[in-house]
Amino acid sequence: MQTPTISAEGHQLPTAIEPRNPGMELDLDWVRTAQANTSAIERRAKTLPGRRSVKKEYQAAWLCKAISLIDLTTLSGDDSEGRVERLCAKAKQPVRADILEALDMTGLTTGAVCVYHDMIESAVASLKGSGIPVAAVSTGFPAGLSPYHLRIAEIGESVKAGAEEIDIVITRRHVLQGNWQALYDEMKEMRDACGDAHVKAILATGELGTLRNVARASLVCMMAGADFIKTSTGKESVNATLPVSLVMIRAIRDYYDRTGHRVGYKPAGGISKAKDALVYLSLMKDELGDRWLQPDLFRFGASSLLNDIERQLEHHVSGHYSAGYRHAMA
Amino acid sequence: MTVKEIFETMDYGPAPESAGDALAWIVDQGAAFGHFIDGAWTAPRKDFQSSNPANGETLADLTQATADEVDAAVKAARKAQPKWEGLGGHGRAKFLYAIARLLQKHSRLFAVLETLDNGKPIRESRDIDIPLVQRHFYYHAGMAQLMESELPNAQALGVCGQIIPWNFPLLMLAWKVAPALAMGNTVVLKPAEYTSLTAMAFADLCQQAGLPAGVVNIVTGDGAVGEMITTHDDINKVAFTGSTEVGKRIRQATAGSGKSLTLELGGKSPYIVFEDADIDSAIEGLVDAIWFNQGQVCCAGSRLLVQEGIAERFHTKLKARMDGLRIGNPLDKCIDVGAVVDPVQLQTITDLVDGNTEGETYQAAIDMPVEGCFYPPTLITGLAPSSHLMQEEIFGPVLVSTTFRTPSEAIQLANNTRYGLAATLWTENVNLALDIAPKLVAGVVWVNATNLFDAAAGFGGVRESGYGREGGWEGLSAYTKPKGTPKALKPVEAFSGDKGPLDPLDRTPKLYIGGKQARPDGGYSQNIYGRNGVLLGQAPIANRKDLRNAVEAAHAAKGWSGTTGHLRAQILYYIAENLSARSEEFAQRINALTGGKQGEAEVETSIRRLFTYAAWADKYDGQAHGVPIRGVALAMKEPVGVIGALCPDEAPLLGLISVMAPAIAMGNRTVLAASQAFPLSATDFYQVLETSDVPAGVVNILTGPHADLAKPMAGHLDVDAVWSFSSADHSATIERESAGNLKRTWVNNGLARDWMNAEGEGRAFLQAATEVKNIWVPYGE
Repeated sequence: MQTPTISAEGHQLPTAIEPRNPGMELDLDWVRTAQANTSAIERRAKTLPGRRSVKKEYQAAWLCKAISLIDLTTLSGDDSEGRVERLCAKAKQPVRADILEALDMTGLTTGAVCVYHDMIESAVASLKGSGIPVAAVSTGFPAGLSPYHLRIAEIGESVKAGAEEIDIVITRRHVLQGNWQALYDEMKEMRDACGDAHVKAILATGELGTLRNVARASLVCMMAGADFIKTSTGKESVNATLPVSLVMIRAIRDYYDRTGHRVGYKPAGGISKAKDALVYLSLMKDELGDRWLQPDLFRFGASSLLNDIERQLEHHVSGHYSAGYRHAMA
Repeated sequence: MTVKEIFETMDYGPAPESAGDALAWIVDQGAAFGHFIDGAWTAPRKDFQSSNPANGETLADLTQATADEVDAAVKAARKAQPKWEGLGGHGRAKFLYAIARLLQKHSRLFAVLETLDNGKPIRESRDIDIPLVQRHFYYHAGMAQLMESELPNAQALGVCGQIIPWNFPLLMLAWKVAPALAMGNTVVLKPAEYTSLTAMAFADLCQQAGLPAGVVNIVTGDGAVGEMITTHDDINKVAFTGSTEVGKRIRQATAGSGKSLTLELGGKSPYIVFEDADIDSAIEGLVDAIWFNQGQVCCAGSRLLVQEGIAERFHTKLKARMDGLRIGNPLDKCIDVGAVVDPVQLQTITDLVDGNTEGETYQAAIDMPVEGCFYPPTLITGLAPSSHLMQEEIFGPVLVSTTFRTPSEAIQLANNTRYGLAATLWTENVNLALDIAPKLVAGVVWVNATNLFDAAAGFGGVRESGYGREGGWEGLSAYTKPKGTPKALKPVEAFSGDKGPLDPLDRTPKLYIGGKQARPDGGYSQNIYGRNGVLLGQAPIANRKDLRNAVEAAHAAKGWSGTTGHLRAQILYYIAENLSARSEEFAQRINALTGGKQGEAEVETSIRRLFTYAAWADKYDGQAHGVPIRGVALAMKEPVGVIGALCPDEAPLLGLISVMAPAIAMGNRTVLAASQAFPLSATDFYQVLETSDVPAGVVNILTGPHADLAKPMAGHLDVDAVWSFSSADHSATIERESAGNLKRTWVNNGLARDWMNAEGEGRAFLQAATEVKNIWVPYGE
């Protein structure tokens, strides 16, 4: 089963519009037979950076691609309207204009801006006309332990405020207790609450105990209709890692093989180097294919990654290693 | 392509490693190499060339060694050996450490050179081959350091002739050279003619390390040079890695020469996937199993066995994974599959696959290079065990596959092969994994992983995959021998006579086969006389059919190998107890047979020996090797299987017990040819066995001329090892005949052993009675 991808003119370069994942009945047989062998997964993850390499103009193009996939993020207690406006300005002009001109990549923007609910309005205002969507973290982020009805209500509020993407957090104990039905029901209700907004399910993989749990939680969230599955809030002690990513994207592949629906992937937290971004891109390319290298199916949740990429791009253009202060801060 | 275009296509693009420094090194050496003998280079000749299989370009000219040159290399090694051994463990450790350091300092040069010469992807030479090479020298620097304290009774063998293959040129050099040097040997090494260059660079590095002249000698050339080394009179040990066919020829050529021999040969290693496995990881494992080094790996997981319920899904996913492999310029850092080593090898692979008419063949849908020696990753599904390609080693990127229904069927299929090098199994069920791993006939088993190697864990096979281990403590015995100089063994002749028996009541000794007393098939017996000419009785003359029956009985007793050490100890003690009850009678019989007065002492020593091996039965433990992964490599000691032995003539009872007891203590079943001259102690002894709860078939006793039994025993394809302590030297016959199934041999080469004392028992016997299987178990949740 495969669903055709419809091509359309997007907000920057031509992108694709993926039919949303409608979800399916909870298939517990499938969930419970999902396996993840930690040491084998770690070996694959460890050798991957040595198996793939992109150089010169290819590297520059891949780094531009990485920028287009960044959910430029601020999720701090001290966020303010001014701070968010600066972030949005950076999302619109992620790289110094002369560098983008040299690369013939003028018009490049990040994939989205990701903020807390209270910052949605100023983000939407700042990004008006840019085509860059605003994503909001929701459902009692990051722990997801506020009253359930308030978590559902929060989604509605954020959508009303203009968020086009909602990053929800799942209830970790449902996973730890093997209560897949509860996880499925919760995810389904949250997806319904999102309406037309796309929903990213944050698994908080650092708190799920095992890779097997990550694999099973990924499947359940996709069955319940998640548009994206996302590793972490960025607030756990362990965030996005290559082994966790491998498990999640293999689950995405399995789900696609069986249902024909493509679900997106978002690693978040801990990806701060241009080199890491390249490894993630090659991981997606090799495990899922080129279709998953577009913003509707892959995002980086990151804040400091962009600055390192800018320095690498300047190096590509000028031939000299760059300094951080030569690039505008967010 | 512009950045903007690549932004759309997201292609990988070229990422070449520079060959500049390596090519410059070759030019600096004159682009032509002689041999490295006695610390210096001989003048090069342009006898043959080494070329880059990825593009056919010539890399350097090489010299085909003559008999005189091989002789010079052996002489240099011989001359250097006493001083090298005399340097002591610490002295040798310093040199091995220096070599390891230098290999590390020049790691990229070696990696690029290897890729240029062999065609393997730079990722593999850079991240796997060369780091393992360094690791072997570091590890064995440590072994040299510890030799005197930990192996106090071991000494060097002398001069080692080492012949290595082209698939891991420098790594195989390291596996051979490092342990040999550590134990005080000197070497004459021949790299494969396709891939000599890293060995040349290694010789260069030996000079930089200040290694004494003659310790390492390297001669180049084809198989003819290998033959000159293996047949050279002044070589003490031959170590060979290569094809089973050549291994058998070497076994025959060295038979009876007294040379120590280790062989690491071919394989058709099973790769078993159970239905509860992490399928994606198992598929990724296959990439490292059969598409690693283009499948030119002796232990490649080349025979895929998938449980029926998941087979279709597994194959579908596998094909998709194959389509993601990248084949091409081996120097490209973004390449998974490089070039096959030579056009000849490419043709062999092509012919084997093209000649197959069974199953379904799938070749990866990927861009193939337009020139060079490349073969696409290939999967052939739906084969039966009887299919030619399920049995024959292809030695290329070709995976064959079949399915199984149950764990026991998986084991049967896995073991349905002449080979026994490695095996891989995938399951998330620890009970299943730990049940299956010991049952797989292989020297190495990987659980939920594949192609893991380390200097600390022995590598080597069983059956026709060869013998000996490389790496670990178990690998050191391939390069050492016990201290001391054994004396020649005098043939022990039977007495003749013409007198009748002292007691007219006849006692009829028989053969002892499958727990029953059996008349000889041929219907012949020989008279056995005492020194004084008195007739002591008749011993049956066993023929090849009796031998066959005994071997079958031994196989039927396979349950013995699965018993606990505790149980085997109990039975050995019980044998001792029952022998003790009849010690006087046995002593008198020995005295009557041998005409000596040793009987009492021999029985006493026999009882003592049974106690020794009863003690050992549950104490000859394996090891958990400290390999550099999160996991363990369990070095398990397993019985060899069915051991045939020609027992010592001079000690009629003690000789038989000295051979039998260690063998059965370790779980082997035995076919023992009793002392030829004095067989009646053995035929008395089966009565002791009958009363001691020894299961039928565990010990089978034959009598008759050793010369009649040596050949069929060594040639029997279902006997796993043959030992000979016969006073008539049958070593050559046994070693030559053993080539048929490459059974293990342990022969006396006409040298004596003092059965009454320490050298008549102990670890040497236990070692010969066991195989070390390394089971790698990575863990982590």
